[in-house]
Order: sequence, then structure tokens, then C-alpha cells
Amino acid sequence: MRDVAVIGIGLTEFGEKWDTSFRSLCVEAGSKALEDANLDGDQIDEMFVGNMSGGRFVLQEHIGALISDYSGLASTTHIPSTRTEAACASGGLAFRQAVTCVASGMQDIVIAAGVEKMTDVGGGETTDTLAGAADREWEGIYGVTFPSLYAMIAKDYMHRYGLTREQLAQVAVKNHYNGARNPIAQFRKEISLDTVMNSTLVADPLRLMDCSPVTDGAAAVIVCPLERAKEFTDTPIKVLATTQATDTLALHDRRDISTLDATVAAGNRAFDMAKLERKDIDFVEVHDCFTIAELCAIEDLGFCKKGEAGRLTEEGYTALNGDLPINPSGGLKSCGHPVGATGVKQVCEIVEQLRGEASGRQVDGAEIGMSHNVGGTGATVVCNIFGRV
Amino acid sequence: MVGIITYGAYIPRFRIKTEEIARVWGANGKEIAAGLGVMEKSVPDLDEDTITISVSAARNALLKRDVNPDDIGAIYVGSESHPYAVKPTAVTVGEAIGATPVMTAADYEFACKAGTAGIQTCMGLVKSGMIKCGLAIGTDIAQGAPGDALEYTAAAGGAGFFIGNDDVIAEINHTCSFTTDTPDFWRREGQAYPRHGGRFSGEPAYFKHIQGAAKMMLEQMGTKPSDYDHAIFHQPNAKFPRNVSKMLGFTSEQIKPGLAVPTLGNTYSGAVPVGLSATLDVAKPGDRIFVTSYGSGAGSDAFDITVTDAIETEIDRKASPSVADMLSDKVYLDYAQYAKHKGKIVMQS
Repeated sequence: MRDVAVIGIGLTEFGEKWDTSFRSLCVEAGSKALEDANLDGDQIDEMFVGNMSGGRFVLQEHIGALISDYSGLASTTHIPSTRTEAACASGGLAFRQAVTCVASGMQDIVIAAGVEKMTDVGGGETTDTLAGAADREWEGIYGVTFPSLYAMIAKDYMHRYGLTREQLAQVAVKNHYNGARNPIAQFRKEISLDTVMNSTLVADPLRLMDCSPVTDGAAAVIVCPLERAKEFTDTPIKVLATTQATDTLALHDRRDISTLDATVAAGNRAFDMAKLERKDIDFVEVHDCFTIAELCAIEDLGFCKKGEAGRLTEEGYTALNGDLPINPSGGLKSCGHPVGATGVKQVCEIVEQLRGEASGRQVDGAEIGMSHNVGGTGATVVCNIFGRV
Repeated sequence: MVGIITYGAYIPRFRIKTEEIARVWGANGKEIAAGLGVMEKSVPDLDEDTITISVSAARNALLKRDVNPDDIGAIYVGSESHPYAVKPTAVTVGEAIGATPVMTAADYEFACKAGTAGIQTCMGLVKSGMIKCGLAIGTDIAQGAPGDALEYTAAAGGAGFFIGNDDVIAEINHTCSFTTDTPDFWRREGQAYPRHGGRFSGEPAYFKHIQGAAKMMLEQMGTKPSDYDHAIFHQPNAKFPRNVSKMLGFTSEQIKPGLAVPTLGNTYSGAVPVGLSATLDVAKPGDRIFVTSYGSGAGSDAFDITVTDAIETEIDRKASPSVADMLSDKVYLDYAQYAKHKGKIVMQS
């Protein structure tokens, strides 16, 4: 297997992009990544596009060919282009496929994109579309939605570990602090503990400000063999690990509903692959679709014992200037969560941080960063570890 | 100069509180009322519709000032809740005020701005000399599906303006419009309730069009917000007009007299006409009024108006109830009575 490096990243602004189409978002992110890597489109060998539900959000399937077409590559170089789907981990999958493709020696220069346009349908349909990430026959059909599934996780977690409502709220406060410093974030504003505590109750105990928003956006990353990376950039970022794991689709089939075993598995594999220990990681982008998900992620990745993440968050351990900054981008909560794009956006954030280009939210001395992307309530998890070269 | 000869509004007496509607749906009424800035909304009586509201508004205008029925050459009623799909509301209004048969008439629909579109049509007919005087009415018994966000605001009411050339109480200095195909809110033929694009009805719809028309008006007139004494913006809730006026540089004092929505609700095509009526109720000679309506689908009509001395000498504003009078004369309903008033309880014949 060859070593692989990231040589280019591109992001659209995240938010309600009323005037930008699905395909335009993806092409914008891809063009920015090409520019960042000083590449022309015809130098790309293969493309992977992460997308959860173009079919329901914009009534468009056949996403791989669509993006190749609107990138101007379908009728010129006819590159292979594949859509990847694993609900909210679709983007993570696209990136992992791209890395695998280059590592195997099959291709040299591969682009991984992620895109979602979620605001073209009403709120009810969005909720139901997202519910497709759970088990339709055993969960969705009975009316279970994602806020309610994560509320069950939160209830169980609070009951077993004594997590306070305030500690949970601190996750959102911290992520908004970071997001306020991210120029592409959907909500570039700080919020107070009171704002979270007094926001509308969505699914007890989760309130509006515990939930990531509905977002349009796209992200793209270009990878190549590490040995060729300096041809394109002075600051290549090495992919130290890329792993993936699955678990039962339905939450109620899990051994323990407030531990995501797929996170544990993907995380362990990532540390093994990178030959690193937890203490070597300088910061992490985790999948905080709900505040409780961030706490579970920190623990299930092995950064602390089960039940400790709330207290650590409250004490500032995960803050931008803390011992282990979590979600310097603002996370899904503040930066936004275009579901198919999130996994690729996390990679972009880590690359920016490791290049030292995340002005305003730069993690001091960032050498090694990790990303964690979840599909559903943890049925798919993708983890990546990156390091400076 | 073309302008308003007289005006009148009508608001049904019944009210339901936002909290009472929220109670039925298990929602937090205090939070919703605070979020929308709407505490209660008007509800029509069992036998009220946009025809009766139009006639009452026209008669309230005529009580303020006599207009020779033979001088009325056109009537336009703008609404999205005309009682008949085919058969005009405007002709019944014409019969009721004795303006038939030598007149033209039509019903207008442009979501919430059909009333101001009627004013523009009358202005054109008067300025061209085709008619001496025209009547433009904006009114609705607003539709909102039970349980939908619209149900908290969809209200009933309307106002009418006689447009002419002679002894006008308010000169309409200029009007201009900003219109695009923007599907933020719609109701298809045969459907009982409108559908809407949720948050899409905000920034790319309401705010874009109101700002488009308002900035065009300021530019064409060479004016700035502080040149106006009063301003009226379409008011689907209290938050939107407050925000858009701030964005444009108007103050909360300027919009205060014409902001009826907190205790009236959203009367759709009636919203800006009622707001303009409420402003004329308190305006003084020389006052300058800035008006911008909004209709989903989508467009905005802006007006620059100057009140004349005739508002004190040629009409008797006390001869019919002011908007404030009608807003304070109210009977509260609970949700069950409200459901009956709105025809949601089907009784056997």
C-alpha cells in the first residue's frame, strides 16, 4: 500500500443556499479544491461523491455522473465517478474510497467530494428523509425521528452517568464559539448557556440548540501518492489512517445504546493503522449531530472514560485552547450539517488546521488531527488520522 | 394630483388568542406569541366573508365622505379568499354602494398584495382620465390549515380606498413595483389551504421583494427614510416588518401607527390596506407616508404618499370607526367557538 496525502481542499459556504443548486454547490467545492492543488480538471483520474439523499432532497439520482458532467469531465476525459452513500457518513466514505483508490496503486490523483442540498423540501420531508438513515421497518415506520433516537441515547446516558443538562448545553456553547470564527459556518455567532437551556424543547432532553441544523453545502478534497505530493503543494498533509466500521442499523439492537461500538471499532483500527496513541492526537473533528453525540464520540474514541466527557467539556478540556480541542470548525452544530458533505468538510478542517491556515480558530501547535464521521445512530462510522509531513 | 379621496376599514369583532390556539396543539403559546409578535387575531362571524368585509369597509369610507355613486367608474377587490371562484366580489360591492351599472369591476389575486395592485390600477384609470373615481379594496378571511404555523396569524379584515383627482386627502406622489416568479407560498385551485416554503418565505421572498421595491422608491424619489413621518410594510407577523424597516433604515416610531398585526393578525390582502387606514386615522396634514406591500409569488408595490389639508377639512374621520376603535371592540372565542366560526365544524342541514 502506498502512502497517501491530501493536496487540495475546497469548501462552499454552509447555510440556506436558496440561489445555488445541488450541482453548482458540488462543482464550486471541486473547483476550489483544484485551485488549491494547482491542478487542472483533466489531471483528475477518478472521482467519488458522497451524497445521502439527492433522490429525496432534489429528486436527483445518478450523482456520480452528474458531478463528473458538470465538472466538465464526463464528455472529455470520461473519468470513473462513483457516488457513495452511508447516510450522514456518505462524505467520510467518499474520502476513504479515494484514499483506498490511490493507496492500492489503481489511480494517482483522485477527488473526493460531498454534497447535500436540504432546503428545497419542507421540514417534515427533511425529517422523514433523514429518518431513512435509521431502520425504516423497525424504527422509522413507528414515527421515530433522529432527534428522538438521540434523545433516547441522551436519556440513557444521563441516567447512567449523571450527566447534567448544563454540561450537555456546554457542547453547543463551545461549538458556537468555534463556529463564530469559521468563515464558512452557517451560524457564525456565539451563544450563551441560557440560550441553549431556554431553546425550544425538541425531544426531551434535547432542545433546539442541541441539534445540528438543516444545511446546504459541499466540500471536496484531492488526494495523491505521498511521493508525488510536493509536485502540487508545499504543505501536503499525510493520511495516517482511514478506517470504517458498522453496527446494527436499529438503535434498540445495540449491546449498549449510549456506546457507539462502531466508533470504538473504527477508532481502535485507526490508532492501530496510524501506530499512534490517544495522547498523540492534538485535536479532533467529531460528529456532533446532537450535543450528546459529541460526548459519546470523545469517550468511544478512547480519549476519556465513559461518563467523563460532560465534565471535561464543562472544564474547558475540549475548548479551542484546551488540552484536546474538539470541533474547532464549530462542528455540525454551528458550522452546519449538509449530511453528505460533512465527512469531507471535517477533512478540510483538519487540513486547514495542520497547514496552520485556520486563522481565528487555529489550534496551537497542531501536528496530528483526527476526524470521526457517523451514519445514522452509529451503524456506520468512518475515522481518519492525519499528520503534517 | 391623483390620490385618496376617502378610506375605510373593517375588522370583525371576534378574537382568538395565540395561546388558545397553541393550547389545542400542545405547543408553547407564550413562546409562539413572543416569536411572532402576535398576541391575538381577528375571526369572522359565521356569516362574514370577504364580500361583507368589502362592503363594510366601503361604507365606512363613504360615511367619512360622500362620493357620488355616478362618479365611481371602477371597483377592484383584491383577495385570496373571494367567496366565489367564478363570480366577482366587486360587483356585489358595486350594488351595495349604488355604483352599478356604469362602471368596470374585477377581482384581483396576488397573494397579500392584490389590494395595493387595485390601488395602482385605479391610479392609472384616474390619471388617464378614463374614470373620475375608482374604489380599490384589499381584504381577506385568511386561510391557514389547522395545526399549520399560519393558523396562529391568519385573520380577517380589510380596507378600501377611493382613488380620484379632486380634493384628495392624501396625494400619491409615486408608485413602483418589484416582481419576480418566486414560489414561496401558493394555493392551487380547489385546495382549501395554502402551502408555503417555510423559511424560504423569508429572506429570498418577503425581504428581497420589499427591499427591492422600497429601495427603488427611495432612489426614484431621491428620498431617505427619515423624510417620511410614517411607514407601513406588509405584516404577516410583527417580526418581519420590524426587521425589514430596520434594514431599510426606518425607525420603530415610524412604523408604529400602521403596525396592526400584534392584535389583529395577518389579514393577507387586507394587511397593508388596514395598516394604511390606521395611519390615515392619526395622520396630520403634510405627513409623508411610505408604503410597501408584499404578495407571495412574489412582488411588492411601493407608494410615496403626502397627506393634504383636506384630511381635516373635506372628510369627517370620526364618522366611522377607526382601526384602533375596531381593534379594541372585541369578543374572545375559545378554540371550539373559533372552529365553528371558521366553518370547521360541519353542521347538519
